[in-house]
Amino acid sequence: MRMEEWTALELGRKIKAREISVREAAQAGLDRIAALDGEYNSFVTVDAERALARADEVQQAIDAGTLTGPLVGVPAAVKDNICTQGLKTTCSSRILYNFVPTYSAEAVLNMEKAGAVVLGKTNMDEFAMGSTTETSAFGPTKNPWNTEHVPGGSSGGSCAAVAAREVPYALGSDTGGSIRQPASFCGVTGLKPTYGTVSRYGLIAYGSSLDQIGPIARDVSDCAAILEMIASHDRKDSTSIAREDYDFTSALTDDVRGLRVGIPSDYLGEGLDDEVRQAVLGAADVLRQKGAEVEEFDLSLVEYAIPAYYVIASAEASSNLARFDGIKYGYRAQDYDGLHNMYKKSRSEGFGEEVKRRIMLGSFVLSSGYYDAYYLKALRTKALIKQSFDRAFAKYDVILAPASPDTAPRLGESLGDPLKMYLGDIYTISVNLAGLPGISVPCCTDASGLPIGVQMIGDCFQEKKILRAAYAYEQARGPWQAPEGIASSAAQGRKTDAGAGVSEGKGGNV
Amino acid sequence: MANIISDETIEYVGILAKLELSAQEREQAKKDIGRMLDYIDKLNELDTSQVEPLSHVFPVHNVFREDVVTNQDQRDVILANAPACKDGSFKVPKTVE
Amino acid sequence: MSKQYETVIGLEVHVELATKTKIFCGCSTAFGGAPNTHTCPVCTGMPGSLPVLNKQVVEYAMAVGLATNCRIHQYCKFDRKNYFYPDNPQNYQISQLYLPICYDGGIEIETAAGKKVVGIHEIHMEEDAGKLIHDEWEDCSLVDYNRSGVPLIEIVSEPDMRSAEEVIAYLDKLRLIIQYLGASDCKLQEGSMRADVNLSVRELGSTALGTRTEMKNLNSFKAIARAIEGERARQIELLEEGKPVIQETRRWDDNKEYSYPMRSKEDAHDYRYFPDPDLVPVEISDEWLQAVRDRQPELRTEKLARYKAEFDIPDYDAGILTSSKRMADIFEETTALCGRPKKVSNWLMGETLRLLKEENREPDELTFSPSHLAKLIEMVEAGTVNQPVAKEVFEQIFREDADPERYVEEHGLKTVNDEGELKTVVADVIAANPQSVADYRNGKEKALGFLVGQTMKAMKGKANPAAVNRLLKELLQ
Repeated sequence: MRMEEWTALELGRKIKAREISVREAAQAGLDRIAALDGEYNSFVTVDAERALARADEVQQAIDAGTLTGPLVGVPAAVKDNICTQGLKTTCSSRILYNFVPTYSAEAVLNMEKAGAVVLGKTNMDEFAMGSTTETSAFGPTKNPWNTEHVPGGSSGGSCAAVAAREVPYALGSDTGGSIRQPASFCGVTGLKPTYGTVSRYGLIAYGSSLDQIGPIARDVSDCAAILEMIASHDRKDSTSIAREDYDFTSALTDDVRGLRVGIPSDYLGEGLDDEVRQAVLGAADVLRQKGAEVEEFDLSLVEYAIPAYYVIASAEASSNLARFDGIKYGYRAQDYDGLHNMYKKSRSEGFGEEVKRRIMLGSFVLSSGYYDAYYLKALRTKALIKQSFDRAFAKYDVILAPASPDTAPRLGESLGDPLKMYLGDIYTISVNLAGLPGISVPCCTDASGLPIGVQMIGDCFQEKKILRAAYAYEQARGPWQAPEGIASSAAQGRKTDAGAGVSEGKGGNV
Repeated sequence: MANIISDETIEYVGILAKLELSAQEREQAKKDIGRMLDYIDKLNELDTSQVEPLSHVFPVHNVFREDVVTNQDQRDVILANAPACKDGSFKVPKTVE
Repeated sequence: MSKQYETVIGLEVHVELATKTKIFCGCSTAFGGAPNTHTCPVCTGMPGSLPVLNKQVVEYAMAVGLATNCRIHQYCKFDRKNYFYPDNPQNYQISQLYLPICYDGGIEIETAAGKKVVGIHEIHMEEDAGKLIHDEWEDCSLVDYNRSGVPLIEIVSEPDMRSAEEVIAYLDKLRLIIQYLGASDCKLQEGSMRADVNLSVRELGSTALGTRTEMKNLNSFKAIARAIEGERARQIELLEEGKPVIQETRRWDDNKEYSYPMRSKEDAHDYRYFPDPDLVPVEISDEWLQAVRDRQPELRTEKLARYKAEFDIPDYDAGILTSSKRMADIFEETTALCGRPKKVSNWLMGETLRLLKEENREPDELTFSPSHLAKLIEMVEAGTVNQPVAKEVFEQIFREDADPERYVEEHGLKTVNDEGELKTVVADVIAANPQSVADYRNGKEKALGFLVGQTMKAMKGKANPAAVNRLLKELLQ
């Protein structure tokens, strides 16, 4: 059996057709994790016993005819900042090293209702603060395409797990690009939905006004199906929105005729790697050839998104992370002198450097005398950025953009200079500020063989438009290859040469 | 660097955030926050005097619960993660002098 | 002391709202549960949990605002107040700073010095903290989150009060308004109403405000009065000695009659307020506001007028009947059942107040059912029980909420209206008291009273005194 060859939907079909049992699918995933994860470190927690018991339960429900969805019985992974009842949830932080949630996130409940089998929890940048998955307290995740490189972050574990075919899909979270950027680095597809589409109940908050859970999978169809499964209007999340449409898979039509696509010229200038630029322009050509109207335009305000983001996200984080105090859950320092010393020691020992840096910055910008100059200024800037997107979406259905200025950096290269790392989020961050949906789709690989993704951004609640564009692009691009090593084990039994469309390494699809 | 962060500021923010930094971490934090603020000061290039601060991206309002009890006693699971508890309560260092 | 000083007082009053559930989750607000049995992920600050606003909290807050002549912010928001303390599970309190629901109101108070209006700066909604219990054995503290997330409104007055008397009058007025609205039971002792006193002193005639302190832990009107006197004296002493008053929060110790500074250097008093991104704004339409206004119950002033007009109750009595919402409710419900407002008023003004005083309790603590008092009044009217028996029965109603019919039945207290039986007893009494009989026949009317008393005694009080009187006169002719 070569479960690793199948997408989530393909596996779901085989499970429903009784070609493979839910337990076999789960076991195959667990075996791959056991074989590969020592190297990649995509997972923080794997609970085989629980997964297999759950698999049997789902099988029974399938046999009884009570579970029939397209993803029924398909194994999955969940980012470790999304609460799973009875399954350790650490945010890759020492401060939550032993935390076992008493409830599951709404998105996880929705998955379970659809028959998902969660194999484990994936590694991430601590509290989702980072772009490389190197700030994890449990060691960095490595990029399955080249283990000397990072997988991106913060959902690096989820993206690496899908890239390494340990699971067909995973949930990630995206506050400033944390799904789309690692998806691009790992050669997988990742979707950040419109703010409010997937409930945040049970997502351990980093920047509450920006956080959104989304799917990470092998292709666009999977992402659409997973989003359909996890999206819901949740009364437990006041910012959850009752949408008019949840039928995201209906957008997979391979038809972009008349679709208006804009490329922000200000995204293509200084700081963008040339190979990535060529990849984006190549993707634009593909869409144009399929009948879309593509042009460049000035989005404006691009350089203000990152500073505004770091004020807002850090401020919210400083407050959201105050609850980790050694009293109700998680890590408490061993030796302390009184209450306040207990707080300080538990938090200082429990949080990593990057988290502390953002808490300090966030506390500072909210402190007496600075609120207007920093926080309100950032919220006003956010309003301007939203307006510039509103203007763009009056003219375009989809904005085509890079997901990141570069391909995955080497391990250890980024953390030394936080500001430089933050600049890497330039193409993803404003999407969160404006609450928009965005998807990253693998495009090609660079000269060194690392994947490049392109990002498609839609107006709020227009997931279907970006899915339509992404799907059409994906059809033209052709099947995506697995990373080398992963590919060799997977490709041996392959009947067709899946890698043909990207055999040139880059731009081979145009 | 335009923003110079003093020792007092780091000490003060440490009290607010309940973080205790080592001497080395303090120096690093001063540098990092100063640099970030320099970068954030870029926002001052924008004239936002006519712009309302935008907290929520969508104009959603009035999301309410009805006043109906929906929760049962779940004390045992609530306490299950506590580093220390006693008599059905979370145990903390003495809070009064 | 040569200089004359004026005390300037403003109050921050916290009131626990009478909702069934907490402000942001479906946990019960009931008192008395074992520690942490009324908690959930939301009110214990579990990672990933999110708040959803209880609509009733908004309605109560609006109702209090309207009743205290406030304006309503028809667009209001919640902010986070960030500070670390174990009773605060998220280490931030969800409150309202920038756009509180009510603002710019005031209520009129009356003291010996006359009438005046105390301004209300604002009323905002917020969540209560949990409870800390200090464990002497282990030298630690224990946290109970049952109260965490109970809805509060904080009513912030202007610094318009000048004496303890005015403060008490303001609090009493506020308490009655809120009780009448049904928005809270406002019990100081139980903490459902809590007042923090902001106090400064200044030389008489000065218009600038002095440096103020904030006093907490005031559990009764008496403690508030003592704390005001104590803090006023402390501040004047400092000024007389040429020392500055420090702006700080102080804890009043009512046993030692002194206040102590509360916080350490670990408290920076920098709360880093910002709009809570987990909650969306509240938008109050004109229609909603009008609906709440239309539902406002009758407040005390209106009740006073109505009691006089509708029931012909004297001013003084109406004032007492309406001095507690509970009392007024009992009066109205009992009257509705028995249709005898005067009688009901008599029972409340007489026996009820006497028994309350005897037991050192407040009218708010009355627990008996109006139906039982109504039944008793009907029994007296029907002659089923006489007045002395009725008083005995009422004590049982007052204390145990006893059913008067059953009580009278079980204790055989029914008035004997059987003429034959009564006549026999009267004849016996006449026979046994020749001296009194002679006295009566000699024109000593008083002697008849003695004979009535003897008859009642023989009947164990169960006779109708009028009937006894009549029979005695008949038989002695």
